[in-house]
Amino acid sequence: MRAFEYLSASSVREAVEALAARNGRARVLAGGTDLIVQLREGRREVDLVVDIKAIPEANRLEFDLQTGLLVGAAVPCYRMVGFLNAAGIYPGLAAAAGLVGGTQIQGRATLGGNLCNASPAADTIPALIVHRAACLITGPQGERELPAEDFCTGPGQTALQPGEFLLALRLPPEPEGFGAHYVRFTPRNEMDIAVAGAGASLRLAGSPARIIEARVALGAVAPTPLLVREAGASLVGKAPTLEAFEEAGRLAREAARPIDDMRGTAAQRRHLSGVLVRRALETAYQRASRGGDA
Amino acid sequence: MTPGKVTVHTRINGEEVTFLCEPRQSLLEVLRMELGFTGAKECCNNGNCGACSVLLDGVLVNSCLVLAVEAEGKSILTVEGIAPAEGLHLLQQKFLEHAALQCGICTPGFIVSAYALLQRNPRPSEQEVRRWMAGNLCRCTGYDKIIAAVLDAAACLREKASGEVRVP
Repeated sequence: MRAFEYLSASSVREAVEALAARNGRARVLAGGTDLIVQLREGRREVDLVVDIKAIPEANRLEFDLQTGLLVGAAVPCYRMVGFLNAAGIYPGLAAAAGLVGGTQIQGRATLGGNLCNASPAADTIPALIVHRAACLITGPQGERELPAEDFCTGPGQTALQPGEFLLALRLPPEPEGFGAHYVRFTPRNEMDIAVAGAGASLRLAGSPARIIEARVALGAVAPTPLLVREAGASLVGKAPTLEAFEEAGRLAREAARPIDDMRGTAAQRRHLSGVLVRRALETAYQRASRGGDA
Repeated sequence: MTPGKVTVHTRINGEEVTFLCEPRQSLLEVLRMELGFTGAKECCNNGNCGACSVLLDGVLVNSCLVLAVEAEGKSILTVEGIAPAEGLHLLQQKFLEHAALQCGICTPGFIVSAYALLQRNPRPSEQEVRRWMAGNLCRCTGYDKIIAAVLDAAACLREKASGEVRVP
């Protein structure tokens, strides 16, 4: 592995200054499950690695009924998934984050890192998008927020500017009648990368129930995870029926821009997009109608 | 520019250990090449196989995916720290009894992984053992014997701890 320097930043300011001074030749280290492999394999070259695990704000993991969930960018998956499951909150996010690798990877990998690595197939990003997550970014010009769907700009590319880094993710509270889920297709049951993935969320109101809000997002079928606005919009005002879910799936299939690669063909991915959206919606609906504790 | 070596203070298997390393060196590399803890194995070196599993402040990790400099101020438990001064840990004994290894490269990782599981959950189901150890790969055994060894060790450890009688 090519030599680099290492800084364990103890404050946001120290990290921002170090990153800004290297002008793109520095990289943030959280769990390292992507970065260390990329450095070792020569897929990424840096002069400086800035470890953010000693920054207090990057380790926050908090839930509040009014403000929702805050997950610091250095919080490992096992900690977040355990927190969500113990509290019975955000089961759709817990489902997605729990898919990221085995126990050893869960011990290190972070939600923030999954986002910053910007793999088109990242499992947690469609889940973040359907939860309307906001990325809290900090940098030389101060803090800014970006919706999760705007964070990835291409494979391995993000909206982060030189000197900026992702400090935390904020998810709004799950309102009454809300449910979300993420499902993926892999040839194996576990320990695999998605051939395609789909996140879905919806909110029910009234009796008989109607869908008043919905979001659909796809993974591994485009250069970035994809928010399919038209699929979400198609559900609004409708009763939560299989026909409605299948129509959303059809719109998602049309929005997919898949490629052929070693994991699957474009045709398979397009087909999967529709199936997975329908399945994600079915589970999201079950959660929504059970009051979010499913 | 060649960054210099960094001094890192750790506790390994209960003993204070201070070492020098380059930032680019993995914890696995330092454990094996600098400190002589050769129990953790370098196999895939990219986080897939789990042969390099250690506990870092009690959390199961792949030491190939940890920079040694990140271990500053942390406790590390390797397979060498699991065996008692004399003889074998019950998990190790059960791996032998169940023939849960052939070539042996994956075994230290499985032992550390199983040790971490049983600390958290002394009564795991077969499904829980399989899921917990899904990040440990074995290309020889087909896993069944490994799972049987872990379940047997868990039952024996419970029996030892509480006088619980085993139902065969």
